[in-house]
Amino acid sequence: MNLTEKQEEIIQEFEVFDDWMEKYEYIIDLGKDLPKIDEVNKTDDRLIEGCQSRVWLDAHFDNGKMHFTADSDAIITKGIIGLLIRVLDGENPSDIATADLFFISKIGLQEHLSPTRANGLLGMVKRLKLEAIKHISVS
Amino acid sequence: MSDLELKPFNVREIREEFPALRQQIYGKNLIYFDNGATSQKPKLVLDAINLFYSKENANIHRGVHYMSQKATTEYEAARQRIQRYLGARKSEEIIFTKGTTDSINLVAYSFGLSLSAGDEVLISAMEHHSNIVPWQMLCERQGCTLKVAPINQRGELILEEFDKLLSKKTKLVAITHISNTLGTINPVKEIIEKAHAVGAKVLVDGAQSIQHMHINVKEMNCDFYVFSSHKVFGPTGIGVLYGKEELLDRMPPYQVGGDMISRVTFERTTYNELPFKFEAGTPHIAGGICLGKAFEFLESIDMESAERHERELAKYAEDMLATFEGLQIIGEAKNKTSVVSFSVKGIHPFDIGTLLDKQGIAVRTGHHCTQPLMDFYGIPGTVRASFAFYNTKQEIDTFVEAVERSLSMLK
Repeated sequence: MNLTEKQEEIIQEFEVFDDWMEKYEYIIDLGKDLPKIDEVNKTDDRLIEGCQSRVWLDAHFDNGKMHFTADSDAIITKGIIGLLIRVLDGENPSDIATADLFFISKIGLQEHLSPTRANGLLGMVKRLKLEAIKHISVS
Repeated sequence: MSDLELKPFNVREIREEFPALRQQIYGKNLIYFDNGATSQKPKLVLDAINLFYSKENANIHRGVHYMSQKATTEYEAARQRIQRYLGARKSEEIIFTKGTTDSINLVAYSFGLSLSAGDEVLISAMEHHSNIVPWQMLCERQGCTLKVAPINQRGELILEEFDKLLSKKTKLVAITHISNTLGTINPVKEIIEKAHAVGAKVLVDGAQSIQHMHINVKEMNCDFYVFSSHKVFGPTGIGVLYGKEELLDRMPPYQVGGDMISRVTFERTTYNELPFKFEAGTPHIAGGICLGKAFEFLESIDMESAERHERELAKYAEDMLATFEGLQIIGEAKNKTSVVSFSVKGIHPFDIGTLLDKQGIAVRTGHHCTQPLMDFYGIPGTVRASFAFYNTKQEIDTFVEAVERSLSMLK
């Protein structure tokens, strides 16, 4: 599945929800299921400071593909991270760098990526793309 | 004094005056519990904003034409209304600023120029960043020292510690009247008496008190009292610095330009008198006039009953919330206003706030611009519900149910 297909799949999954609370229940479950980053690895270089919640991102490049692990101290933020990783993990750096993450607004979560939300997610997307750009030349 | 009659306190009638309260958010009736951040506006203020820009808009203090004179008269009438409401001696003591932060910066700069190495500024551990950072900068500029009076676990200022830090070196005490995060009401009269006894001046940050209780600066005997219009039912972008005339007179201007000058030549400029000395440039004319309207509205409110109603709301909310497992009320001062801050073990405030929002409830989450205070309690932030006199017990019932639902989803 490519980047677009993965996003379409998420949009379809969210279509079954009737109201916001159901949607968030699902996001919270995603957050609970996402593997944690070990406390020892929650270092400052992996930290993306939001005004409210914090995000830690670990990125590595392997065999032409990018792989990400991420964590947050807020569970809703973490659930949304889970969705972002599902879309971007295992993709080529150049695809990630130019990715249009249209699914976020389609499922109604664009507020979480607004600069005023201060939850670290916008910073995380920027960091994901920067990490990918670093590896474009070697891929 | 008031154009409106003082009416018996009736929350239903008061709510009628606030159109913003009658709307749905995500299909739910809005419950607005973020009054500590900003208050909603009564029709009296909204109509005045509309009227000013529709018919009365003109620049003030300089025009010879009818509209300019009328706008000037209204702007200055607003200043006088605020002076009367606050019990200030003269309208020259009421300086219009951009808000609380701007007022504090003005004092930190202009009054601060009289401070030098060896002098001290004393604040408390519960201050908003706006009542910390300007003093830090002042101390860096003038080489003086910032002292911080500690608080106890309940969120009350420890007066014995405050006394120890207060000395002849203290030139200014800058203290919040009411903590925006904890709701603690500080004993400002006592603090002011003590400060004056050692010759220190006192700035009271009234951002969270002017909307909850009747303020009389003469009785309080503070040297400066500062607040923002938008938290007291007026427009954003304007606020007030009250200062004793003899102090303001001695202070040099903060910003310079139009309206604040007496005579300008390329060699030398002389400054205008108070209050204009501190009001450079075209001011927020509509803001000033409509803040006057907000005070006209306040004059019609029985503030004692309103304050009692707000405290009942807070007590009711705290009693209900305290039944939730792992929930801790942050700020348990004996004397506190209608602010209920809480944290829940193992759950991030951001998550609770997000779920409350989707249930139509506006609260504030985070550190509330009081990071040192969050460090003191060892938490990343709180969920803060802050009530105004237009809130109701029914709203709190819905809020508590929504908190319960949110916590069950997050656990």
